[in-house]
Amino acid sequence: MKEDQIKRRTLLRAAAVTALGSLVPGLSARRMPEAAPEDPTKVPGTPVGKVGTRSPFEQPQKKASDISARSPLQDFYGIITPSDLHFERSHNGVPRIDPNRYELLIHGMVERPMVFTLKDLKRFPALSRIAFIECSGNFRSGKTNMTPQEICGLTSQSEWTGVMLSTLFREVGVSPKATWFLAEGSDAAVMTRSIPVRKGWEDAMIAYAQNGEAIRPEQGYPARLFLPGWEGNTNVKWIRRIELSDQPFMTREETSKYTETIKGGKIRQFSFDMDARSIITYPSYPQTVEKGWIEIRGLAWSGRGKISKVEVSTDAGKHWQAATLQEPVLDKAHTAFRYGWHWNGDTTEIMSRAVDDTGYTQPTLKQLTNARGTDMGGYHLNPVTAWVIQRDGTVLFKPEKFR
Amino acid sequence: MRWNQVNYRRENISVWTCLLVMVISCNRSPERFGIGRPATQHEIDAVNISIAPDGKGLPPGTGHVAEGRALFIAKCAPCHGPTGTEVPQYRLVATPDDTTHTRAIGNYWPYATTLYDYIRRAMPFNAPGSLSNEEVYHLTAFLLYSNQLIDSNRVISARTLPGIVMPARKWYVNDDRRGGNEVR
Repeated sequence: MKEDQIKRRTLLRAAAVTALGSLVPGLSARRMPEAAPEDPTKVPGTPVGKVGTRSPFEQPQKKASDISARSPLQDFYGIITPSDLHFERSHNGVPRIDPNRYELLIHGMVERPMVFTLKDLKRFPALSRIAFIECSGNFRSGKTNMTPQEICGLTSQSEWTGVMLSTLFREVGVSPKATWFLAEGSDAAVMTRSIPVRKGWEDAMIAYAQNGEAIRPEQGYPARLFLPGWEGNTNVKWIRRIELSDQPFMTREETSKYTETIKGGKIRQFSFDMDARSIITYPSYPQTVEKGWIEIRGLAWSGRGKISKVEVSTDAGKHWQAATLQEPVLDKAHTAFRYGWHWNGDTTEIMSRAVDDTGYTQPTLKQLTNARGTDMGGYHLNPVTAWVIQRDGTVLFKPEKFR
Repeated sequence: MRWNQVNYRRENISVWTCLLVMVISCNRSPERFGIGRPATQHEIDAVNISIAPDGKGLPPGTGHVAEGRALFIAKCAPCHGPTGTEVPQYRLVATPDDTTHTRAIGNYWPYATTLYDYIRRAMPFNAPGSLSNEEVYHLTAFLLYSNQLIDSNRVISARTLPGIVMPARKWYVNDDRRGGNEVR
């Protein structure tokens, strides 16, 4: 009787997997056997193919809401986010753009207003840079059963390739009097941000490639603005127009959104830099651990420079020890850290804090509310994140109240 | 070992060729590459929809509260509610003295020109870019009126819109975070 039930359940599951295979593109094209053979050396393997696939035993996924999809930070190894797991935020969907019809217009306070096709952009010197992009509204809290993905999954890292904006600025002859430029996307929100010209000269890029291939539609295909270390929203995707000016345009995304209330009823605007932050991704909810040696692992990053140190506490913040930083430690980039810990089986809290090369130390939520007031807005929150390790080995997020 | 004259010459040529190739290819970067084409004024005008807070870029036309109300009911109310207050996450209307955490036009937006720019760019959400310039002026007028920022008979135009002082404007300050050993 019991055996029958199991069989039926297994059959149902197999049917479900098959149905899934026909729904998810790619899965059905080169479907792997539903169960691995007892001995893989005794049966021929899957033939070579045109596009590789993830093992069916690995199912990392973005967690999507109506407006954004979060990266599964807890599933990542190393520092590169697989392109199909890069977080997403769009303001009216992902546009479909024909690369052959794509054009970037640069005008306004320039000597020569010009139009660049995608092919044009690719003819300029091509530079690559590994750096993160993080949405400035990247802190969720409120319950104990939250994963790193749910708490701060709106950050991802890629190798971006493109042409430096400074090269295009020279090509059009940007006026020395220009102080701001408008970056405009060709999505259904025609999303725009005003960016100080100095960032354009410093390290801004028009990126057309991501992790070795054309940039993904969700990340701005065929070209996006890439501003290392600056809040995600300023990295305008599907960029179609850049207008040089001597004043900011005060668009909706830099006034009614992406501004934050701070102490004294004030509202902070043009908060571009992403402050240093870290999170332990192992162990984290809903993982479980066993008594003995545990390698605590996580990611740290800063929009202001390199991570110079990550400290880990395994006793609820009473003592802090330096974690090992995994090379490469790059400028404005996710940096992996690890810390060997022997857990004696008692309930405790573990947490990490990042320090960047400006000397900035990732604050606690209390430090943030002290600085900005309890009415502080939801952008640019980068608090130390604690996990509670319970006696039975379960791990829970420790949410803190601040409003 | 002595260099054979012929070999030497050959060597010499290849050395010069090498140097020449290096001069041409070694990270030389001109001031301009001559890539891309000039944009015509017509091309620029066709896509340049930006509006500055001083009103630069605002098109001709006038907006009236009554017309705006009718348009709002027809095209905006399905998401924002009939008065722009009913749906918390899409709330548009709040008076300047509203002390709730609501971020609406009357108590949070610092510039009136942003209204025109944003509606024209992105609204209605299901049919972006479908409104005429005149319709955008009407909606702008209605929303300013609903937020008690103008009287019902005030006409909104390129001339009057930039002059409307938004109450929240005075609260805005530039980011003063600088990294280093301080939390701001």
